[in-house]
Amino acid sequence: MSKSKFKNPVVKWIDHRLPVFSFMDHELNHYPTPKNLNYFWNFGSLAGFALVTMIITGIVLSMNYTAHVDYAFDSVERIMRDVNHGWLIRYIHMNGASFFFIVVYIHIFRGLYYGSYKAPRELLWILGVLILLLMMATAFMGYVLPWGQMSFWGATVITNLFSAIPLVGESIVTWLWGGFSVDNSTLNRFFSLHFVLPFVIVGVVILHLVALHRFGSNNPIGIDVRGTQDTVPFSPYYTIKDLFGLSVFLSFFAAAVFFFPNFMGHPDNYIEANPMVTPAHIVPEWYFLPFYAILRAVPDKLGGVLFMFGAIAVLFILPWLDRSPVRSSQFRPIFKIFFWILFLDCILLGYLGAMPAEGIYVILSRIATAYYFFHFLILFPLLPYIEKTKPLPISISEPVLGGGATASAFAMREKK
Amino acid sequence: MIKGSSCFFSNNIFKLLFSLVIICSSNFSLAAGEKISYPQLNWTFSGILGTFDRASQQRGLQVYKEVCSGCHGMRLLAYRNLKSIGYNDDEIKAFAAENSVNTINDDGEVVERQARPSDKFVSPYPNDKAARAANGGAYPPDLSLIVKARPDGANYLHALLTGYVDAPAEKKVPDGMYYNKYYSGNLIGMPQPLYDDGVEYADGTKATPDQMAKDVTAFLAWASEPEMEDRKRLGISVMLFLLLLTALSYFAMKQIWAPIKNQ
Repeated sequence: MSKSKFKNPVVKWIDHRLPVFSFMDHELNHYPTPKNLNYFWNFGSLAGFALVTMIITGIVLSMNYTAHVDYAFDSVERIMRDVNHGWLIRYIHMNGASFFFIVVYIHIFRGLYYGSYKAPRELLWILGVLILLLMMATAFMGYVLPWGQMSFWGATVITNLFSAIPLVGESIVTWLWGGFSVDNSTLNRFFSLHFVLPFVIVGVVILHLVALHRFGSNNPIGIDVRGTQDTVPFSPYYTIKDLFGLSVFLSFFAAAVFFFPNFMGHPDNYIEANPMVTPAHIVPEWYFLPFYAILRAVPDKLGGVLFMFGAIAVLFILPWLDRSPVRSSQFRPIFKIFFWILFLDCILLGYLGAMPAEGIYVILSRIATAYYFFHFLILFPLLPYIEKTKPLPISISEPVLGGGATASAFAMREKK
Repeated sequence: MIKGSSCFFSNNIFKLLFSLVIICSSNFSLAAGEKISYPQLNWTFSGILGTFDRASQQRGLQVYKEVCSGCHGMRLLAYRNLKSIGYNDDEIKAFAAENSVNTINDDGEVVERQARPSDKFVSPYPNDKAARAANGGAYPPDLSLIVKARPDGANYLHALLTGYVDAPAEKKVPDGMYYNKYYSGNLIGMPQPLYDDGVEYADGTKATPDQMAKDVTAFLAWASEPEMEDRKRLGISVMLFLLLLTALSYFAMKQIWAPIKNQ
């Protein structure tokens, strides 16, 4: 079979002994993909692109960066001023973090909307949540490295959260810092971890892809592929579509890097870290703001920390919280409305995370936090009992609506 | 058909998502800023095609040198960097030579030598404590990044430098503090730095406080982002390339998908 597949004799020789070419041909070329994917399915490959971009620019930056409290800030400025195109590499890395999160958040909301976390893709989803968690840790530690005011104070605030743990909290914080305050040893270990975690992410991404290719992509209708008439080979159909998506993404990304490179940053981070001067408002990077709002919404410190981590934890068990056998929101009229409420709730939380924790903002934060957990813990399990789903089409290639009985038969099959 | 309608649907949602993210993050930068609003000036360097005004930058360097540098350092800037605001090698050499730096000679003694173009701008004080001691406890911040390190930096700086007015009667101004209508809390440790004809411009421009504030801001904006002109220039080429790539990949996609869509 490999005889006919590859013409190049070297490729043929290698592939016979080490079938990497067969593997790539199978997974990237012939890989059958539902033919009805919309543009929201572009964000997975975009996230992969963002990860690779971050790793490449990050490696180059690390060649010029000095992880020491006395030199870190100046070494970043040396990159900006004296390293050839250092400003470009650093701005790509800095804005790349924000764009990575934009892409990943859209990717996650797509999964929520189309029920991509449901059987048999539970592990695929869980690996994705794990990637999100690793990304957050990596981004947080990366933000500390330039050693500006927000780096320092953000690190101080976030690491201090662990002191809320009863009995051992203070010891854990000292252990994390490697001392009695955020200092040189903290910076060193954060640099070390910031360098290594992306490769851990790559590992989990590979598992994410293995799990994806087991059953293939979900699709906007959310019903299973019934045969080859429902799919197209990944190449050229989705390679070209991903290239188009990448071009659009890069246009936005380049506009930010070249024309508004500091828009998503904070001016205070261009002031060198000073443990003696606390900034008026300590705000995390925008992609943490919803979680920051949840943290501050709870009047108790330990409670706040638990709710904040709980906001991610509910995502891990989501495949078992949502009891509806129908995947796509297109056939779940009530779920669809609540999806958009959840989306706006997250935007509101992000907004509130940036506001000072006082007055109306605190009350709104509490309402928004309460809704977030209501949505996952109560609405998801209960909705299938009250919601009448629309009839499902028979197949992707024949989007003819079947009768109610047929649709529920399919739904039952999918539930298995 | 479901395929078509879901595509249309997703396009609109994509726009919504993106604009919401932008709105969300812009609120965040507003939240962190001060509540005081400053006059919004028309800087030559703002906008995606904006460039620095060389004459203004050079006047700004003069203001920095004759007024600000008494207290404020610019430790991230090297004398050689002045080449990009239009000075030649000899001028830079002479400019640097007006300062002296400490070095260690072959006998191990600390000696002074003239600064060279490769040296960083010499700061007025040997260390932060000396700077505070000489300024009644207030630390004059280094100006290398000042425009990037303040929200709406250029407008803020210009406003601050021209914001010295008489304090309202009910406001008590302690000794060693000054009233500035644009400074957070209104009490600033820096005395009014710019007065009419505080410097004498070689090009004959009238040195009003407003003019000097604009010039020194232009200079400091460049010092904060010396790469800005290169960045925007490269950005234009990159955007043109990406537009072309987007168009080509779009039509290639349409062509490749045509048989599937027409099934």
